[in-house]
Amino acid sequence: MSEKEIKNLEEIFEQKIARDEKIEPKDWMPEKYRQTHIRQISQHAHSEIVGMLPEGNWITRAPSLRRKVALLAKVQDEAGHGLYLYSACETLGISREELYDQLHTGKAKYSSIFNYPTITWADIGAIGWLVDGAAIINQVPLCSTSYGPYARAMVRVCKEESFHQRQGYEIMMTLAKGTPEQKEMAQDALNRWWWPSLMMLGPTDAESVHTEQSMKWKLKRKTNDELRQQFIDQTVPQADLIGLTIPDADLKWNEETGHYDFGEIDWDEFWQVVKGHGPCNHERMSARVKAWEKGEWVRDAAMAYAKKKEDKKLKKAI
Amino acid sequence: MKNENLIQYICGVADNALILGQRLSELCGHGPNLETDIALTNMALDLLGQTRSYYQYAAQLSDEDKTEDDIAFLRVERQYKNVLLVEQPNTHFGYVITRQFFYDVFHLLLLQELQNSKDETLSAIAKKAIKEVSYHQRFSSDWIKRLGDGTEESHQKVQEAVNDLWKFTDELFHTTEDDTLAIDLGVGVNVVTLKEKYYQRIGEVLEEATLTIPEIKWFQKGGKQGVHSEHMGYLLADLQYMQRTYPNMKW
Repeated sequence: MSEKEIKNLEEIFEQKIARDEKIEPKDWMPEKYRQTHIRQISQHAHSEIVGMLPEGNWITRAPSLRRKVALLAKVQDEAGHGLYLYSACETLGISREELYDQLHTGKAKYSSIFNYPTITWADIGAIGWLVDGAAIINQVPLCSTSYGPYARAMVRVCKEESFHQRQGYEIMMTLAKGTPEQKEMAQDALNRWWWPSLMMLGPTDAESVHTEQSMKWKLKRKTNDELRQQFIDQTVPQADLIGLTIPDADLKWNEETGHYDFGEIDWDEFWQVVKGHGPCNHERMSARVKAWEKGEWVRDAAMAYAKKKEDKKLKKAI
Repeated sequence: MKNENLIQYICGVADNALILGQRLSELCGHGPNLETDIALTNMALDLLGQTRSYYQYAAQLSDEDKTEDDIAFLRVERQYKNVLLVEQPNTHFGYVITRQFFYDVFHLLLLQELQNSKDETLSAIAKKAIKEVSYHQRFSSDWIKRLGDGTEESHQKVQEAVNDLWKFTDELFHTTEDDTLAIDLGVGVNVVTLKEKYYQRIGEVLEEATLTIPEIKWFQKGGKQGVHSEHMGYLLADLQYMQRTYPNMKW
């Protein structure tokens, strides 16, 4: 392709983005756009799959049948999200096996929040309320992102996430209204999950390397700091309502800005966890690798069986 | 029929769903691929949903002010009446599928009869569950065939599971005193009458899967009398953890 032709394609592409039209898998796209999307969509898919582990940790111990069924359904939804996000990613010309390989070898990242342990039942409430709450804030703008398959997947993901968030908040509310032990359990979970949830919205704008390009492609519509402020403003009144205290001594409503001021985030901790030194990084990855390796003979059997069936059909046809 | 006997009959049916649902729940997030993970979780959800319907009914029948959770979480091991088969561990995927298949075939036959129960609630629960369990049976039968007639390794692994779990199949057709009372009143299912069809169906699928039925003359039993395997205590420790640690609270 000549330089002129490429330039022409680039222009068409840019115009489409400017007009808020979707880019579809068969459309021409710059290589960097493709790579950025593979990175972000797969990171998102991996987060869903790894995110199943901390919550799955409580399925067998859920305190009531109703909670057990709800948690199972929630974790299953996450598997579903993983499935359609991997499919969306595959439309960019990469296979699921390659994507798994990137996850298992540590080349691809997933949301760092899942490297924290779930040590009490209240953590399941806190994850739903805070982690899914932060995820929704991150994800709602993606429903109108430029890449069609991703945007469409996100519409469904967001609907389910907002259901999960309400469910998590309801767990916290029940605990906060319960016995002193239950309330303490809820407060303790909030104390442990609050700061990692704020970190989940990404490094500050000054540190964020991808923001500018991603804003241009509408892969991002608000900066990390804007999203974080939105999350805090939305969540603080929810904590007040159920009588739990946000673990931040500097948290204060600011009349002038119309937002909450908040204390400093420990970014050293954030980068430590991102780099693999969180409390459960190793456990999460080895659980994923183990499931994949132990499942190999099963996947092989399914392939071999399908081939045998196909061969038989062919023979008959001949 | 006294309520207490009916409650016992219901638990005899429902405990299987609870314990198998619990076993399947352990696998959520650890399946061989996403599609299978989702399908196994679906079955766990169906089974636990059925469990809730049965236990809610049993709680209603009880004179003491009981809830579904009291029945699910607050009995001692000897009071659980599930068969030994469903409490067997998830040794590997071959065991998971074989356990499921051995139970599904029985479960569907049972529900097809239970829908004719003179007890309207049991009949309604059975009618709803039939749709779910027909899918379970299709899923597990298909996987038995894939594993049996897949690769040499998968054949060997699933055959190992069949050999190991076969000894638990006979107990499915035992009847307790409470069962007999329920059968006499047209409320319960006489499982003895399902036995022939069961082994026929199992035999057909195993044959298609190129698997062989082990020659075993001695079968294991005890679950229906509440005498369980050593696995059961650990399963219950997990299941009951919250209710035992924090008694009398709302969740």
